Amino acid sequence: MYELTALILLVVMGLALVRAFLGPTLYDRILAVNNFGTKTVLLIAILGFLGGRPDFLDIAIVYALINFISIIAVLRFFEYSSKRPMDEES
Amino acid sequence: MEVLFDIISWVCLVSGSFFCLTGGIGLLRFPDFFTRIHAASLTDTLGASLILVGLMFQAGWGLVFAKLLLILMFSLLAGTTASHAMAKASLKSGLKPLESDDAEKDGVPEGERPSQQ
Amino acid sequence: MRYVLALSTLLSVFWLINSGHYTPLMLFFMVVSVVFVAMLCRRLDVVDGESQPLNLTFSIPGYWLWLIKEVVVSNIAVAANVWGGAETISPRLIKVTAHQKTDLGKVIFANSITLTPGTVSVDLEGDQITVHALTRDSAAGLQTGEMDRRVCLVER
Repeated sequence: MYELTALILLVVMGLALVRAFLGPTLYDRILAVNNFGTKTVLLIAILGFLGGRPDFLDIAIVYALINFISIIAVLRFFEYSSKRPMDEES
Repeated sequence: MEVLFDIISWVCLVSGSFFCLTGGIGLLRFPDFFTRIHAASLTDTLGASLILVGLMFQAGWGLVFAKLLLILMFSLLAGTTASHAMAKASLKSGLKPLESDDAEKDGVPEGERPSQQ
Repeated sequence: MRYVLALSTLLSVFWLINSGHYTPLMLFFMVVSVVFVAMLCRRLDVVDGESQPLNLTFSIPGYWLWLIKEVVVSNIAVAANVWGGAETISPRLIKVTAHQKTDLGKVIFANSITLTPGTVSVDLEGDQITVHALTRDSAAGLQTGEMDRRVCLVER
């Protein structure tokens, strides 16, 4: 059962990566990367149970924290650095 | 009792995977950024919660349970904050959301569109 | 003082969950780090009713139960929209008035809106929340004001 969930999570991460490549705007990419990150947390937790080592949950907690901080940091960066984030779209 | 917990946790894991998959497909299918946020929040809320609750049933009472609960609460809080931050930043930067009232940009057929607003 | 105690308890629980080693040395380290962080937070002046909303302790679990039910219902609705394709959605921006008195109540309301799939709070100015809704139904569900009313009940 863990295998099925892990497989589906990998597929979802692949879909998020496709969206990150397709864009079309910068924010679509950030959203896709955020989604990829939350799925990574779940995948790490599942992998810990799959291997019978729930210690992996510590890594999942740290990954969740890093993911959140990095998304906020990237958003802040683009909020202040670029006045024309839309020029990617045209 | 053990078997019952196994069944509940499997149901949670499978339905959580289903919601995650639905969110991932919605991320590809929906027409613009603001609608894609809704698809992403689908995987963030019920998808993640159900998978973590399913793992909790497997873990039983103990330290692992508490850690899973910690991840669950943090991912719910952080997920909402991140999607709000993204929506606000994109609207401030001038990204216009699709509105179903203008016909050309949206795939909503004539009859489906609301008359009000 | 109440708030400092609450923060220290929270930090201690966090440490105990994440540590897993309960030797005297580790517990001593826990006390040292909790006291250090509590002092740091006092100096930063972030230990108050807004970061430790103790007055909500008894009123918020009931609201959480209602919110979980709401989240499940709207999750199923949005999942149906995903599988139904672009014809079934009708995105729109709407304005919702938040009737909460405190900033904390407004934040709880806006966060609940975002937590419910199908509605994302985009902006909060004064008591007007700009919400992006995925369908007509999700917008209408929010405009009935039931969530607003329940958050108001939590606040007092």
